Amino acid sequence: MSYCHFKDLGIIDYQEAYLIQKRHVEDVLKGEPQTILLCEHSTVLTMGRMARKDHILVSEDKILRQGIQIHWIDRGGDITLHSPGQLVIYPILNLNFSRRDLHDYLRKLEEVAIDLLKRFGIVANRFSPASSEAAKTGVWMGEKKIVSMGIGVRRWVTFHGLAINVNTDLKLFQWIKPCGLDVEMTSMAAIKGREVNLDDVKKTVKKSFEQVFGLEF
Amino acid sequence: MVSVVLPELGEGIKKAVVACWHCKIGDKVSAEDDIVEVVTDKATFNVPAGTSGIIQKIVVSEGREANIGDCLAIIEG
Repeated sequence: MSYCHFKDLGIIDYQEAYLIQKRHVEDVLKGEPQTILLCEHSTVLTMGRMARKDHILVSEDKILRQGIQIHWIDRGGDITLHSPGQLVIYPILNLNFSRRDLHDYLRKLEEVAIDLLKRFGIVANRFSPASSEAAKTGVWMGEKKIVSMGIGVRRWVTFHGLAINVNTDLKLFQWIKPCGLDVEMTSMAAIKGREVNLDDVKKTVKKSFEQVFGLEF
Repeated sequence: MVSVVLPELGEGIKKAVVACWHCKIGDKVSAEDDIVEVVTDKATFNVPAGTSGIIQKIVVSEGREANIGDCLAIIEG
C-alpha cells in the first residue's frame, strides 16, 4: 500500500489551485507523501494543449463580461468548463511507485470515477458506443459525458486530473464544445433527478482511490 | 554530445506532439531540468534533459510529431 494525503481545498480560484498542485508535485519529487486534492472552482474555462479557440461557442467578450476567466493550461485534452457543483480531483501521484504508463493511469482514473458513481447507484461506462477514437477518454452515461479528464505529468508525478459533474449547471456547457466533441454533458443530479450531497461524494472519492490505486490514507 | 530522445510513455503509445520547449539553443541545462513538454491526446509529459550541458540543437519544433525513441534535442556536455 502506498500512503497518500487527502486535502479538500473547498471552492478555490483556478490559478491558486494550480499553484498548489505545482507545489505538491515538487514535494512528491522530494519524497513527500502523494496527495489527492479536491475542490470546486467558480465558473472558469480551461483550454488544454489540444484546445482550439473556436471550441468556445459564444463570443469571448460575453464570457469575460460575466467575470469568467479563460486559462490556457499545460494539461492534455481540449476545452472544459469548471463551475460550482462540479467536483474537481487533482491527484498528485508518483507513478514511479506503480506503472510508468500514461494511458494506464488514465484508465485507472476512469475506473475511480466509475467505481465512485456505482456507489451512488449510477452505472457509467468508459466510453460511449457511438464515440470516436479520440472521444474514448472520460466516463459516459450512454452518449452523454459525465466525467472529463486531462492530465499533466512531470518526472512521472501527475497533476491536473478529472472533473465529475455532481450538481453542475449543465446549461453552461452550451458555451463550449466540451473536450472538442459534439457531445451533451450530464451530471449525477440530472441522472438521479435530485441534487446530490457533494460532501457524500467527497467522502466516497477516498474509497474509490483506495480500491483502484491501492492507496492508504 | 548526447541526444535527448522521446521516452517510452506507456503501452501502445507510439508517438507524441511537441507542445512547447522550455529552453532554447545555447541554454545551460541540468540533468533534471524539464526541457520540453510533449502531448499525447489527454496527457502532457515533461521530458527531462537527462544530462547537464548546453542545448546545441532542437530537432523537433513545436507542433510537430515525434515517435518514441526519436531524437528531440542534442545537448553538448
